[in-house]
Amino acid sequence: MTPTAFAWLVLLFPLLGSIVIGLGYRVWPGRAPGWIGTGAIGLSFAASIGALISLLDHPDSGRQLSSTLWTYANAAGLDIKLNVFVDPLSVFMILVVSGVSTLIHLYSVAYMDSDRGYTRFFSLLNFFVFSMLLLVLAGNFVLLIVGWAFVGFASYALISFWYRRATATTAGMKAFVINVFGDVGLVIAAILIFREFGQFDYTDVFSRAPHVFHTNEWTVVAICLLLLAGAFAKSAQLPLHTWLPDAMEGPTPVSALIHAATMVTAGVYLIARTHPLFDLAPTAADIAAFTGLATLLVAGTIALVVTDLKRIIAYSTMSQIGYMVVGVSIGAYSAGLFHLMTHAFFKALLFMAAGSIIAAMANRQDIDRMSGLGRAMPFTAATLIIGALALSGFTGTSGFFSKDEILSFAADRGGFYLIFTVLGYVGALITAVYSFRIVFRVLVGEPCPEARELQETGQVVHAEPENPATGEQEDTDVGFPGAEHHIAEQAPPMRIAMGALAFLALFAGLVQIPGVDEVIHNFLAPTFADSKLAAIQPSTGAEWEGLAIGTLIALSGIGIAYQLYVRQPGTTARLIERLGPLHTFLLHKWYFDELIDILIVRPALAIGSFCNRTFERVVVQGIVNGTVDMVRGAGGVVRTVQSGFVRSYALLLVTGFAALALYFLIQSS
Amino acid sequence: MEAVAFFAGAIGALGGAIAIIALRNPFYSVLALIVHLVSLAGLFLILHAEFVAAAQVVVYAGAVVVLYVFVAAYVGGVQEPAWEPIPGQQFLAPLLGSVLFVELSIAVLGSSLKALDTDGPTIPLGFGSPGGIGRILLERFLIAFEAASMLLLLAAVGAVVLAGRRRASGEGGDGATPSERFAQSAAERMVEPETQLGRPASEEGGGPIPPTPGPAY
Amino acid sequence: MDTSWYIVLSALLFAVGAAGVLLRRSPLVILLCLELMLNAGNLALVAFSRMLGNSDGQIFAIVVMVAAACEVVVGLGLIVAIYRRRLPLNVDELRGLRG
Repeated sequence: MTPTAFAWLVLLFPLLGSIVIGLGYRVWPGRAPGWIGTGAIGLSFAASIGALISLLDHPDSGRQLSSTLWTYANAAGLDIKLNVFVDPLSVFMILVVSGVSTLIHLYSVAYMDSDRGYTRFFSLLNFFVFSMLLLVLAGNFVLLIVGWAFVGFASYALISFWYRRATATTAGMKAFVINVFGDVGLVIAAILIFREFGQFDYTDVFSRAPHVFHTNEWTVVAICLLLLAGAFAKSAQLPLHTWLPDAMEGPTPVSALIHAATMVTAGVYLIARTHPLFDLAPTAADIAAFTGLATLLVAGTIALVVTDLKRIIAYSTMSQIGYMVVGVSIGAYSAGLFHLMTHAFFKALLFMAAGSIIAAMANRQDIDRMSGLGRAMPFTAATLIIGALALSGFTGTSGFFSKDEILSFAADRGGFYLIFTVLGYVGALITAVYSFRIVFRVLVGEPCPEARELQETGQVVHAEPENPATGEQEDTDVGFPGAEHHIAEQAPPMRIAMGALAFLALFAGLVQIPGVDEVIHNFLAPTFADSKLAAIQPSTGAEWEGLAIGTLIALSGIGIAYQLYVRQPGTTARLIERLGPLHTFLLHKWYFDELIDILIVRPALAIGSFCNRTFERVVVQGIVNGTVDMVRGAGGVVRTVQSGFVRSYALLLVTGFAALALYFLIQSS
Repeated sequence: MEAVAFFAGAIGALGGAIAIIALRNPFYSVLALIVHLVSLAGLFLILHAEFVAAAQVVVYAGAVVVLYVFVAAYVGGVQEPAWEPIPGQQFLAPLLGSVLFVELSIAVLGSSLKALDTDGPTIPLGFGSPGGIGRILLERFLIAFEAASMLLLLAAVGAVVLAGRRRASGEGGDGATPSERFAQSAAERMVEPETQLGRPASEEGGGPIPPTPGPAY
Repeated sequence: MDTSWYIVLSALLFAVGAAGVLLRRSPLVILLCLELMLNAGNLALVAFSRMLGNSDGQIFAIVVMVAAACEVVVGLGLIVAIYRRRLPLNVDELRGLRG
């Protein structure tokens, strides 16, 4: 079968899965929706592998294939088709997306058991995977926007999954609104592209781009900046990042899939896909790179102080995506995408381990209450440590190879791009510190009550259901989390999924060892061959230098964390006392939420209430009611003629006749 | 000679007309009508319209006025109140009347009817005689004749229906006929206009329906 | 006397009748004034008939007389009906049809 036929299958299975699960929601017994969902994504993954194999049959230069199913619109100069574009980049993405999704579905089969919304969860999750694959496989900008919007919807639906929680629905709305902002940028960019090229198709636009635009012409810079607006909204980069921490209100598998491995990487994919345009607009590319760098550092610093387990990992995601954005903006495409892949593995793993820990803590997420869980949950502890090692870039793990490749590329590019290398390493240090902050705080030390009970009785602690953020009481009916909590030690599906990811987090880096094998780079080369920066290739020696520095930094970070949290436990408390204002600043997430509130939310609300109270009442209703009153008044005046007096009617009659006669007399004279 | 006759008839007609509108008692107005009609008959005679004059006296002054007399007697004298509810009516009516007169006069006299200041052509002998009228009526204007008789029939039936007394089976308990009972209830219902008299027309006519309340803000 | 005198007299009678309709309040007297107006029209018709030497005007006058008689009959029937129902015989007070 041709690669494009496999691509259509890749899209078909999740969609079918979502529909089938959704239609039979009354019928499915027990865990059936979970298995159907996992099976659907598994088939999709198999089809992705088929696409990969059949694509490799083609020679290097012939690996850009497009296939159309039907034409959406062909009128008035528009020609929009429903087509998929299969090339190394999209095959890479669908492998990552479908592979990680399969494992997360497997995890959720056990994790979400006893939740009353089990069927809805899997239907929505399958739909999300379908949308993400559609986004990645789209062959023109219109279909990209369609996939983008579907992904936004799926994210909203899954963040607000426990819809009876007010915090969850608020978070869902926040995510959706910020994403819509990005969508608008994306749509306007597409319109500008249509204006310049008369086409939406990728192959057409990208091949003609160098001939249509000069470098840094304002049109192409505008297009790229608008694309960046979309990318930043979806990938939670500054300043459109405020939705990601709140999105942790969704169930943990959702955080793992959407907000770690797949949806938030859509922005990175977008920049990589539209790299011909970014080549022509270096200004925009630099803006993207600096934004990624800023996000990297800001998110890292916040992750050092927040105390909600999932939110630490969320900020870590934001930070790592900053790395990826830097990578694809400065031209290290394969490096950035390689980091995307490895990040998907270890971040999903971290979220899964976090889910297991939260279940053990009876749905509490505050790390201040957690300690010493290492003994009680050995498997979870092991996977957590593996994930943290990969995140810090410990030697030999996948994160080790991917992160440093970006930084050495930046160094090789030279000039002011060295800033990225230096600050990138600073960020790596912070990353190592906070990853092991999690490890040491949660796993080490005196076992907390929940840990002790788990160790002694082997039973997970039961507690009154409550909202972890606000502490208000809930129940376990539809719209709230289920009554039972599942930990990895007791649920085989969770263990299998986490084990697979742990293996990948440890050993996936071996496909891209500098100087030994460059599988990813060679695979993706045809896609990025037309880039001006394709020629930049750090020497093997420089890369190993970078790796050595990376090792040093990772070890120092782990050492600092060890010092802070294990050897001298009171240090952080003293630091908080001394650096109080700084701590508050970081704890309030650099006050971005408040800034956006003042700049955007309050003015919008003010305009809305002005329109409602004043404009609507005075102007609109005034015009409407004024017209009505005028007509009614005129009617009232005219009504006085109908007085009921016969004699006045006769008077009018005679008067009219006299006037008419006068008129005719004058006329004829 | 003809002028004397004309002026006699004219003064009688005019006097009778003014008397009709000026006299308070309607019975006297009816009598003034008789004077007017007879004067007009005289004028018709001068104009060689003998049959029309005769018809005027017999039909109008004979039958129609008798009808009037009967009804005036039945209804009795109505005292018209002095107060005028319609503003300006008492002033405008004579004004309009004179305007109308002036206009009509100008219209006719100022027109280019050449024969207006002549006496008319020499007329044949049978002009205006019953024979002459009859021949024309039944030969040329037959349809008009038949239509007029149909009209008379309709009027007669209508009058009977309007003013006829319903013959009910047995009289009502209080001696009132059904129509009288209906009239009583109608009178009760019509009590309202009497109370409504006194409010000027403008307030009645211009009284607005209260506007439907809009949505509360 | 030439025709114009008759016409002017007819116009004068018509105006008097019109003023009467506007001034008086009793329906009976209003009907009488209507008779005045009709008769004024009859006079004009007969005068023109004489002026033209044509009998058509006189026929018209006869038909007008018929119509006037019918109208009087119906009008008087109305007055009797109103009187029977104990309603005031005053056109100013009979004003149910108003807006």
